[in-house]
Amino acid sequence: MPDQLIYAMEVFLNGLMAGVLYALVALGFVLIYKASGIFNYAQGVMALFAALTLVGIMEGQVPFSHLINAMFGTEIHHFGWHLPALVSILLTMAVMVLLAWAVNKLIFNHLVNQEPIILFMATIGLAYFMEGFGDIMWGADIKKLDVGLPQGINTAIDETTYGWFGYGFFIDNLDIVATVIAAILVIALVIFSQYTKQGRAMRAVADDHQAALSVGISLNFIWVMVWSLAGFVALVAGIMWGTKSGVQFSLSLIALKALPVLMLGGFTSIPGAIVGGLLIGVGEKLFEFSVGPLIGGATENWFAYVLALLFLVFRPQGLFGEKIIERV
Amino acid sequence: MKMKLIATALAAAVTAAPAMADLVFPSLSYRTGPYAAGGIPFADGYADYFTLLNERDGGIGGEKIQMPECETAYNTEKGVECYESTKGMGSLVYQPLSTGITYQLIPKVTADGIPMLTSGLGRTSAKNGAVFPWVFNFPANYWDGASVAVKHILDQEGGDISGKKIALVYHNSAYGKEPIRTLEELSKKHGYELSLIPVDHPGQEQKSQWLQIRRDRPDYVIMYGWGVMNQVAIQEAVNIRFPMDKFIGIWWSGSENDVKPAGDGANGYKALTFHNLGSDYPLYDDLKAHVFDKGLAAGAGDQHGTAIYNRGLYAAMLVAEAAKTAQEIHGTSQITPAMMRDGMEALEMTEEKMTALGLPKFGPEFTVSCENHGGNGFAAIGQWDASAGEWKLITDYMQSDQDIVQPLIEADSMAYADEAGITPACN
Repeated sequence: MPDQLIYAMEVFLNGLMAGVLYALVALGFVLIYKASGIFNYAQGVMALFAALTLVGIMEGQVPFSHLINAMFGTEIHHFGWHLPALVSILLTMAVMVLLAWAVNKLIFNHLVNQEPIILFMATIGLAYFMEGFGDIMWGADIKKLDVGLPQGINTAIDETTYGWFGYGFFIDNLDIVATVIAAILVIALVIFSQYTKQGRAMRAVADDHQAALSVGISLNFIWVMVWSLAGFVALVAGIMWGTKSGVQFSLSLIALKALPVLMLGGFTSIPGAIVGGLLIGVGEKLFEFSVGPLIGGATENWFAYVLALLFLVFRPQGLFGEKIIERV
Repeated sequence: MKMKLIATALAAAVTAAPAMADLVFPSLSYRTGPYAAGGIPFADGYADYFTLLNERDGGIGGEKIQMPECETAYNTEKGVECYESTKGMGSLVYQPLSTGITYQLIPKVTADGIPMLTSGLGRTSAKNGAVFPWVFNFPANYWDGASVAVKHILDQEGGDISGKKIALVYHNSAYGKEPIRTLEELSKKHGYELSLIPVDHPGQEQKSQWLQIRRDRPDYVIMYGWGVMNQVAIQEAVNIRFPMDKFIGIWWSGSENDVKPAGDGANGYKALTFHNLGSDYPLYDDLKAHVFDKGLAAGAGDQHGTAIYNRGLYAAMLVAEAAKTAQEIHGTSQITPAMMRDGMEALEMTEEKMTALGLPKFGPEFTVSCENHGGNGFAAIGQWDASAGEWKLITDYMQSDQDIVQPLIEADSMAYADEAGITPACN
C-alpha cells in the first residue's frame, strides 16, 4: 500500500477522534438551544469554569484566596486536602447545578419573552462575567489536571498497524477515552430525552413553551435542568481538553471549534452534534494533510468554517436540524 | 457646592497623578485573558524590582519611582489605549510585553519622543537605531534566538548538521514567522533541511502538526509559540515520544507554565533564554527583606523565581540602569524621556555591574549604541528538570551568527526606512 494512503488512514482516524472532542463542546450548545432557544455563547467559558472548579476542589484550593488575602492580610491558599477525582467531579457537578440555578434566577427569568438576540447578548455578558469570576475565584495560573485518564500513544494500535502496514498508527489514549465517554454521553442523553418524564418535559418545552406551561410543566425547573445538563457536558469537555493542555483561560476558546460543528450538524440535534463533529474533524485533518503543505499549512481553523458554510448553502438548517417554515 | 465638588475632584486628580519629579515607568500588563499566565509573572517581577529600589534606595538617584499599571489583556487596541492614557504622566519608557502592541506603538513613540524597550520581542530590525531612534530591543531578538538555537544544535552534533532535518513549529502570526528567514539563511550555510509547520491561534489542537512531525522524523524541532500553543505542543511531543532534549523553544516557550502540564514527560525540554533562571541570587535576599516580608510584593506573590518573573525583574533592572546612565550623562536626577533615550543608547551592562546589583551572571554583557539598539545578540539554553521542578541553564551565553543576522537586520530596517520616508542617521 502506498505510504501516502497509509498516512491518510492515520490522519482519518485522528480526525474522527478530534471530531469527538469538538462534538463534546457542541453538545452543550445543542442542549440549551434545543430546550430554550438560547444560543449560549458562554458554553466555552462554562467548560473552563467547570475545569477550574474541578482542579480547585481536587487540590483543596481556597476559592477567592487572592481576594481574601489582599483584604485581610492573611496567607491562606489551600485547605490541605487532595480529594479523589470522582468525589471532586461530583462536587463540581453540584457547583454547576448551582450555577445553572443562579443563571436562570438572576438572568433568564428576567428575560422571558425577549427576542433571541437579547438572550444571546445576555449569554455574551454571562461569558465575560464568568471568565472574570473564575479568574478571581481560582486564579489565572495554568493548572495541571489529572483525573487518571490515560494519555500518550496506544501501543496496541501502534504495534498492530505496524504489523499490517509496516507503519504504526498514532492514536492518543485520551482520544479513545473521549470517544467512549462521548458515546456513553450521547446514548444517555437520548435515553433521557426519549424515555424519562423529565426528558419528555424538556422536549415539550422545546416544542412549545406556552403549551408546556399550560399542561403544568415548570419552565423554571426544565431550564435549570437543561443548564445543569449543559454544565455536565461542559465539565466533561473541560476534563478532556484540560487534560490535554492544562486548565487555563484559553480553554474558553474551544467554543470556536464547536461553531462549525453546530452549523453543519444543526443546532437542535444531539446526533447531529456528533456527526457534525466527526465530519469537521475528518474534513479539516484530511484537508490539512493533502492540501495544507501546498498552501503553507495551518488550514484547519478556516477550513472547518468553509466546510460548514458549504453545507449551509444546501441545508441551511444543518444536516440534522429542524427545518423552519414560516408562513407569511 | 459645585465649586467644592470641583475642588475635591481636582485635589483627587492631583494626588492620583505622579509628582512631576517622580520617575514614571508605566507597566502595560496583562493579568487577565488567555495569556494572563505569562503576563502576571512578568508584571510582578517588573513591579517588585521598582518597589525594591524605592524601599531600599529611595528610588533612582534620589527620585522615587512611580509605576502606573494598565491592563491590556494582551489586546492590541487596549495596549494602545493604555499607552495614550499614560504617556501624559511623564512616562520615561514603555515595555509592552506583546509584539502586536509593539508594532502599533513604534510610530507613536517615535512621534511622541518616548523610548520603548522590547527585549526579546517586537520588531527585530528595530536593532538598527539609525532607523528606529526611539525603539530598543537589547539584549537579544527573535533572529538571535533562531541563530543561537542552531548554534546549540551544531554543538550537539559536533559542528556538522548538513543533511539533518530541523522543523520549525511556529505560531501562525507575525511573531511566529519572525525566525523563518534567519533559519532559511542558516540552512543555506549549514546544509540542514528546514521544514515549516505553522499552528493557528490559539493552538489548542495540534494533532495534524505532530502527526506530520512523527512521519517526517526531524532531528530537531524549534518552537516559536506562546500561550496554550506551548503546553499543547509539549504534550503532543511527549505523546509521540519525540526526544525532549532535541526540542528547543524560544524564550516565550520556556516558562514553568509551559512544561508543568505535561508532567514528567517534559523532562529534558530545552528553551532559549537571555537571562538566568531560579532565585539563587543576592538580589532575592534584598527583595525578601524590603519587598516580600513587608507585604509589598506585587500580585499574589506566588511567582518569585519563575522564568518570566525573572524576565520582569531583568526588564526593570535594565531600564533602571539606563535611567541611572541618563542621570549621569545629563547631570540631573529629574530626567525626561529624551534624556532616558540617551541613557538607553549609552547603556553598558557588564558582569561587574550585574554583580554589584545582586545579579551575578544573570544576563549577558552588552553595550548599546546609536547603530546598535539590540545589544550583542547573546542567549543561552535552559533545560527543564521535571523531578526538581526547575529550569537549569546548561550552556554559557552564545552569540548569534552575526554574519547572518546583521545583514538581515540591515536589509529589513532599510526597507522600513524607505517605506516610512526615514533618513537613517546617527549623531
